[in-house]
Amino acid sequence: MVHWTAEEKQLISSIWSKVNVEECGAEALARLLIVYPWTQRFFDNFGNLSSPTAIIGNPKVRAHGKKVLTSFGEAIKNLDNIKTTYTKLSELHCEKLHVDPENFRLLGDILVIVMSAHFTKDFTPACQATWQKLVGVVAHALAYKYH
Amino acid sequence: MVLSAQDKTNVKGIFAKIGGQAEEYGAEALERMFSAYPTTKTYFPHFDVSHGSAQVKAHGKKVAAALVEAVNHIDDIAGALSKLSDLHAQKLRVDPVNFKLLGHCFLVAVASHNAAALTPEVHASLDKFLCAVGNVLTAKYR
Repeated sequence: MVHWTAEEKQLISSIWSKVNVEECGAEALARLLIVYPWTQRFFDNFGNLSSPTAIIGNPKVRAHGKKVLTSFGEAIKNLDNIKTTYTKLSELHCEKLHVDPENFRLLGDILVIVMSAHFTKDFTPACQATWQKLVGVVAHALAYKYH
Repeated sequence: MVLSAQDKTNVKGIFAKIGGQAEEYGAEALERMFSAYPTTKTYFPHFDVSHGSAQVKAHGKKVAAALVEAVNHIDDIAGALSKLSDLHAQKLRVDPVNFKLLGHCFLVAVASHNAAALTPEVHASLDKFLCAVGNVLTAKYR
């Protein structure tokens, strides 16, 4: 079980309360597909991913980004129980989706950059450190049931 | 991984926007890295890594200068950073994984000060550039 200090919990919730899950999720996923184009391999059925403009405007990317970040919110609601929260999702990503867990780390880092751009000076080094820990824990939990 | 003409334009563009503040970005990237990835501090046992540290500022300046040098010689980063590459291979021997960490933190610093300029395309180019720099610095490791 991961230990979160009171300060870390505060840094997580104060940032999260101001996040627009739909916008932020869409942006994070779009940037993942743009900055690391090989990640597009999982989204053959998403239609037009041929350029950054196409990716940003792609409605399936937006919808999926929102889905992913909404799920992230579940982790934040269950900080003391993230592994259990993600058991089924982990199995899904392994057995059905066949996603290399490295991709969770890539998306986590992209999310941190999106947060930094959004919160600017409020995204202090201490804030970033907490969020790096969180995305790391989420990535680990999503990879946990892999076999 | 090759930097396209557009990548080079994007990187030069964002560094032009950063301008004289590159040194501060260098220091901030280091501070973020030490904070988020404590293992990176093992390379600086002799440093005061607390916020505002003069040593971190000075080192940030060095890091920034090297990045600017690479940008100014973006067609031959290996040539421009050859001596630094030797230094890292023979003396410093920083594990290659750490260059990704510092590169990431540099991106976070840029994002926090220049969100509008860090479009997805520029983000991609800058990430590629920082990877290329890391690759050059570890190229002679073995």
